[in-house]
Amino acid sequence: MILDGVILGGMAGEPSGGESGGGLTAYIVHHLTHNTKEFAFGTIHFDSWVIALALGLLASFLMWTQARKATSGVPSKAQAFVELVVEFVDAQVKDTFHGDRRFIAPLALTIFVWVAFMNTMDLLPLDLPSAAITAVAGEEAAHHTYLRVVPTADVNTTFALSITVFLLIIFYSIKAKGGWGFTKELFTAPFHAHGAFAKVVLAIPNLFLNLVEYLSKPVSLGMRLFGNMYAGELVFMLIAGLFMSWVTFVPGVIFQSVWAIFHILIILLQAFIFMVLTVVYLAMAHEHH
Amino acid sequence: MEFIANVQAFTAVAIGIIVGLGALGAALGIGVMGSKFLESAARQPELVPMLQGRMFLLAGLIDAAFLIGVGVAMMFAFANPLLAAVQAATGA
Repeated sequence: MILDGVILGGMAGEPSGGESGGGLTAYIVHHLTHNTKEFAFGTIHFDSWVIALALGLLASFLMWTQARKATSGVPSKAQAFVELVVEFVDAQVKDTFHGDRRFIAPLALTIFVWVAFMNTMDLLPLDLPSAAITAVAGEEAAHHTYLRVVPTADVNTTFALSITVFLLIIFYSIKAKGGWGFTKELFTAPFHAHGAFAKVVLAIPNLFLNLVEYLSKPVSLGMRLFGNMYAGELVFMLIAGLFMSWVTFVPGVIFQSVWAIFHILIILLQAFIFMVLTVVYLAMAHEHH
Repeated sequence: MEFIANVQAFTAVAIGIIVGLGALGAALGIGVMGSKFLESAARQPELVPMLQGRMFLLAGLIDAAFLIGVGVAMMFAFANPLLAAVQAATGA
């Protein structure tokens, strides 16, 4: 709304040709609309779902083919790269988590690779999918086919990941401390007390603090990834507004390139942070207070 | 009409505050952390690889709070839910 007048005021033409009228706000709102599908149990974001699944399968397939072909002789470049990633993740897990990591290390690898793949969709040119749909099905279909290609810029995807991690935290806490030990710790940490009366008094504050601590983990994990990817996507769209006029076309290309290069850092960093924090939380779940 | 202008004006101020204060905090945080990193790297250069990994991790954590703020601010700039409520109420 606010930028509408400013940018459209100096508009010379529309080189991109994707949107017909409506300006930058309509363009952005169009690009922020999910492709939803109705099911018996409710509405799902079909685009996030399909793309996340496809990228997960693609990542698994790529790693699997390399693992199958792996030799102890001279490795191919792809095998060396996969080994690099696996060893990097394993070293990170080994640093943080002391114990049996036969489940934690593959989990960390899955999270890292999958999130990195999903985040990388942010580097696809904004209008490439719509151009592809236009080429296949025509302009009219492209205007009604909403698509958001970055699954991690959807709060549902990131919270699905972080809630899964949360359930694993609970599972590992109970596994490490036992059902009784876990329940007891909810009421007796972080304030330790001696004597029955003090224990009863401190039980409620302890429970409250523990609940806040536990719930803040999935929320901060999910919101961090979502916020980074959503903001990154929006900045791409804002810069794409410069393509509305031929005058600002060249600065637009420069800004998009600069932001894309900076975004490569954010993409990998956020995947890395999600992985490291998952491992840190799971390591914390194993510790006794 | 004045209602819409009013909401837009307040939203513009809010966006400025969200992005500005967020950038201030993130910049201070990254600055303090970067200076400490350089200090410790100068003191013990053999620890640089380990510290660098930790530094990037924390840079991402600091950055995230700011970028979430930017994301929220951008949502208010382009698909303002408060404005939509006003428009729905006035039938504009």
